[in-house]
Amino acid sequence: MNTLKKFLGLVWMVLGPLAMTFLFLQAIEKVGLTHTDIERTNTILQWAIILFIFLPISLGLMIFGFYAWKGEYDRLPENSEEL
Amino acid sequence: MSETLPKNNIFKVIGASSLGTLIEWYDFYIFGSLAVIIGHQLFPEDAGASALINTLAIFAAGFIVRPFGALVFGRLGDLIGRKYTFLLTLVLMGGSTFFIGLIPSYKSIGYAAPILVLVLRLIQGLALGGEYGGAATYVAEHAPKNKRGFFTSWIQTTATLGLFLSLGIIVITKNILGAETFGNWGWRIPFLLSIVLVVVSIYIRMKMHESPMFSKLKAEGNVSKNPLKESFNNKANFKMVLLALFGATMGQGVIWYTGQFYAQSFLENTCKLDFNDSRYILLWGIAFATPFFVVFGAWSDKVGRKWIMLSGMLLGILFYRPIYQVFLDDTDYTRIEQTTVLSSTPAPVTSVSIADSPDSLRTTSVKILLKNGASFNKVQIDTVSATKGILTGKEVIKDKVLPMPVFWKFVGLIFFQILLVTMVYGPIAAFLVELFPTKIRYTSMSLPYHIGNGVFGGLVPFIATLIASFSGSTPLSGLWYPIGIATLSLIIGAIYLSNKRDENIND
Repeated sequence: MNTLKKFLGLVWMVLGPLAMTFLFLQAIEKVGLTHTDIERTNTILQWAIILFIFLPISLGLMIFGFYAWKGEYDRLPENSEEL
Repeated sequence: MSETLPKNNIFKVIGASSLGTLIEWYDFYIFGSLAVIIGHQLFPEDAGASALINTLAIFAAGFIVRPFGALVFGRLGDLIGRKYTFLLTLVLMGGSTFFIGLIPSYKSIGYAAPILVLVLRLIQGLALGGEYGGAATYVAEHAPKNKRGFFTSWIQTTATLGLFLSLGIIVITKNILGAETFGNWGWRIPFLLSIVLVVVSIYIRMKMHESPMFSKLKAEGNVSKNPLKESFNNKANFKMVLLALFGATMGQGVIWYTGQFYAQSFLENTCKLDFNDSRYILLWGIAFATPFFVVFGAWSDKVGRKWIMLSGMLLGILFYRPIYQVFLDDTDYTRIEQTTVLSSTPAPVTSVSIADSPDSLRTTSVKILLKNGASFNKVQIDTVSATKGILTGKEVIKDKVLPMPVFWKFVGLIFFQILLVTMVYGPIAAFLVELFPTKIRYTSMSLPYHIGNGVFGGLVPFIATLIASFSGSTPLSGLWYPIGIATLSLIIGAIYLSNKRDENIND
């Protein structure tokens, strides 16, 4: 199980930037598809919010993956004193 | 110390905590339940679908700031105590909800209307971010160790009951005032009513005592000096925050908001169900499913929290698309055979002129009643152009009322979705409380909870509606968002989480 945890750690590390790249590409495509004026402003705003929110979360997923890769989750603390 | 608390006292603690939390959820959810009407009030009349998406964005803004509220009020809760912190959040929430009910419409003050509502919505989000962690921590710190899941599950019912209360008050107000008056100003009543509920709750909470564990820490001088630093600068604790987020609250959040919010949005906006029908279905589903929060909370005391929560996620992943396909199929009235029609009543033709244009919009509507008890309106809006004559618009079927067997079938499908909510949500307060030590518990558990629920969950209606509006997408495309997030959380939770409970949280 610990080997699987470590191996998947790599997946999470890669998944973070991949998810952000996907979102950036989607944002560029969808904003480009909208018409002009207020509708475009709204679309830009919506995507800006989505990117702003999910950027730190993707970073968090990478850090989680890094910890998993380093074996930090091989044994979880059994009580709060270990934290 | 918590083990010796008499049983009637713990129920007093639960009652006082739950009432305030329920009211906060009520305040938070009436906005979502009235998104379509508020969209008409806050944006220009010709904004169309973008008014709904913008209103959902304002609704979502309240969710997005919840993690910041968790940090601000979580820190306060770990510094000055649980009681006074969630008293403060209650005042902020009640005040901002009341003021939303007073905001003039777009017609009166233009774009100042949505901006003011956005500001108040942000305050609501901050307050809620501080409330939940406090209430869950407060109850858990009073509960005996072998019944922590059972007692905290009462707090878990409040989110769903808050939604139930908001839907109930909206339906009652609308039925008393009539649809037109409710659309004009009656929608403000549920917001204004909040102030009464909050005053009652403040009175009750003022009588509560501080959590025994926090009082002990304070007496010993062990209160955290900097909870934020201790929560997130300490690697051992920070990695548990990440694990709680990605392995539990993220998946739990999308299951919660798909079953209770996206379902209603889908029935109303995609299936075009009648306003009351869509809400009655949800009300019945909630009423039948709510006791299961306590059932799964108590069960988690015996078998552990992990697998109950992950089973809820798995069932959502497997069944969401089939369930929503049934919603679509059973509300498809485009191919109605003439022999099934009982009556067909045309409404008077109405005409509205378009601002700054010689053209006008002509609306023709026919109410169709079927022999099986179903009914719907066929509406067509044509443009009467001064230069091009009549430009025929697309016929839309809306305000669908379901025949009784289909109505109860939908109640069953909503009940099943909320049952999954009770599986993922019932045990999660106890799970989070047991993950972190007392002196930084409020801060540490609040952040993953509110990122999972506020960001991943709260954005379900907004992102799913956005995805479904892309060209080439189907009405079910929006479901890929909760299904994808729940799958990721299920894998992480299954592999990395432990099913073992930390019995001693008095540290």
